[in-house]
Amino acid sequence: MEKQMNNIQSIRKDWDLIESLINERARVLDVGCGEGDLIQQLEKNLQANVHGVEKDQGMALKGIAKGLNITHGDAEKDLFQYSNQSFDYVILSQTLQAMIEPKKILTELLRVGSKAIVSFPNFGHWKIRLQLLLLGKMPITEGLPYSWYDTPNIHFFTLKDFENLCKDMNIVIESSIGLTSKGKQFSLNNTLLPSNIITHEAIFLLSYKNFEPIKIKTTNKMFAKNSAIIN
Amino acid sequence: MTDIEIKKDKELECSIAEFTNANFELASGSVLESFKIAFKTFGALNNNKSNAILICHALTGDQYVSGHNPITERDGWWSRMVGPDKPIDTNKFFVICSNVLGGCSGSTGPKQKKDNEDIIYGGNFPSITIKDMVSAQVKLIDALKIDKLFSVVGGSMGAMQALQWSTDFPNRIQTIIHIAGALKHSAQNIAFHEVGRQAIMNDPNWHKGNYSEKDSIPERGLSVARMIAHITYLSEDAMHRKFGRKLQSRDIISFGFDADFQIESYLRYQGRSFVERFDANSYLYLTRAMDYFDHSETYRKTLEFINSQNDNIKYLIISFTSDWLFPTRENKEIVETLNSLSRNVSFLEIETDKGHDSFLLDEPDLDIAMKGFLESNYGKTNE
Repeated sequence: MEKQMNNIQSIRKDWDLIESLINERARVLDVGCGEGDLIQQLEKNLQANVHGVEKDQGMALKGIAKGLNITHGDAEKDLFQYSNQSFDYVILSQTLQAMIEPKKILTELLRVGSKAIVSFPNFGHWKIRLQLLLLGKMPITEGLPYSWYDTPNIHFFTLKDFENLCKDMNIVIESSIGLTSKGKQFSLNNTLLPSNIITHEAIFLLSYKNFEPIKIKTTNKMFAKNSAIIN
Repeated sequence: MTDIEIKKDKELECSIAEFTNANFELASGSVLESFKIAFKTFGALNNNKSNAILICHALTGDQYVSGHNPITERDGWWSRMVGPDKPIDTNKFFVICSNVLGGCSGSTGPKQKKDNEDIIYGGNFPSITIKDMVSAQVKLIDALKIDKLFSVVGGSMGAMQALQWSTDFPNRIQTIIHIAGALKHSAQNIAFHEVGRQAIMNDPNWHKGNYSEKDSIPERGLSVARMIAHITYLSEDAMHRKFGRKLQSRDIISFGFDADFQIESYLRYQGRSFVERFDANSYLYLTRAMDYFDHSETYRKTLEFINSQNDNIKYLIISFTSDWLFPTRENKEIVETLNSLSRNVSFLEIETDKGHDSFLLDEPDLDIAMKGFLESNYGKTNE
């Protein structure tokens, strides 16, 4: 029970950090949105225009019943339907490790959204390293609480692995936040810290290039839209 | 100028809106000088007229969505969904349900008499489309002095009407619930309809649609049409679960063509009872209206033309896994188009073995989705 509470608290912390990265009134797509609690929070606090994709019928149903725009479907098959750059932010929270093709998903996130926010549990955390080293068994932690044979998480990677992948894919890391297992927050840019060891969870703000939004003034509305993607 | 009169019909236990000098032009080019729409309402319209929901019925439905149906002497076809404290709660919402143009429970259709004449339309009734049905509904909504509907809700042919509302009158609706429909009627669906129509038209009692003059009814044709259609509303799994190979009131097979099997007996019963409540010509005209429904080439362009700035509609699209008449794939085409154009859409595929008819049956997830969608969106826009 206490474990579960910790997990919920850490998810809420994760969401608050995600919220801190998003502008007011932005268009947001949450991939793997569950029951839609994060996007509901963003709608309420930021007046964001929110959308979600969720694979599980029961969870999608709960989100739809809250009046949220949720498309029941498989993120790995159904993101094609969203147009290029049709969202300001696309969120992938705690889901990348469960994707069959993480690289393809990252490409899709940044095709659909100007910016992507990706959060994941760091497999390089010291507790995990220690478990593997000392016990010689696949680690089970609060962030990754499943046995190896019964887990939605099929790709394990560390902070360093993720940063290297971004580099390979020419993805710019605009901002990155680490959370320790006690929920303490720090900047991953701080080279004085052994990030890959103390980071329990990481949250990244990604884009292809760091564009400033172009403000276009029309007679009735202000809207911001990023310009084209440059690979 | 169109003259409008709304009357109560005691026998039909509903209201009838009569439009005279209407000069109502149909998609086919034919013109109805006058027409009438039979409808029922439930609940009360609020002061700012923001709580009206129009429910569009399916092929063989009628205005008796809830409450007592005087034609069948049974409860309305969606009584489990519509009423006080039901998923579509008539304590909160003002629900309108009208019989479609071309129908046979009080609205103008082949069973009705021609303008100022004593002859029944019969086979001379003009061809009707889904667009025509919706145009007539708009006239009714105008007559009720409602500027904007909170929602248009429908399954199957009702879903087609809801979609038509969203393309033709986007600024007159806030939300739509589209259940088990599609952008177009598929070749397979047209094929099934054609078999049904052939059964009716080959019945010697049909007389090219003018059977009322001959005082006959193409009963056998209509009941065969219903039997075929009924198969398409179920699924193989549901049929197997419900009937299997069980025998009807006997222990051994008869080595004849009696209804040995329960499924045969069930279909025969469905056919027989349908004849008592539905007009064969209406069945021809309405199946044709569904066949002609096709937004597959135009939907995207229409939405682009409407422009996302002017489209504040919240869409809820629902499909059922075992529906092979309007499969998930076809419902999803609508969702994909809406999502690609950044519209506010929700989509749910409900896992069930009950087939196309699921929307009329006990599907708790359907109830939860509809109730939640309607009430939370109503709260958001009307607080």
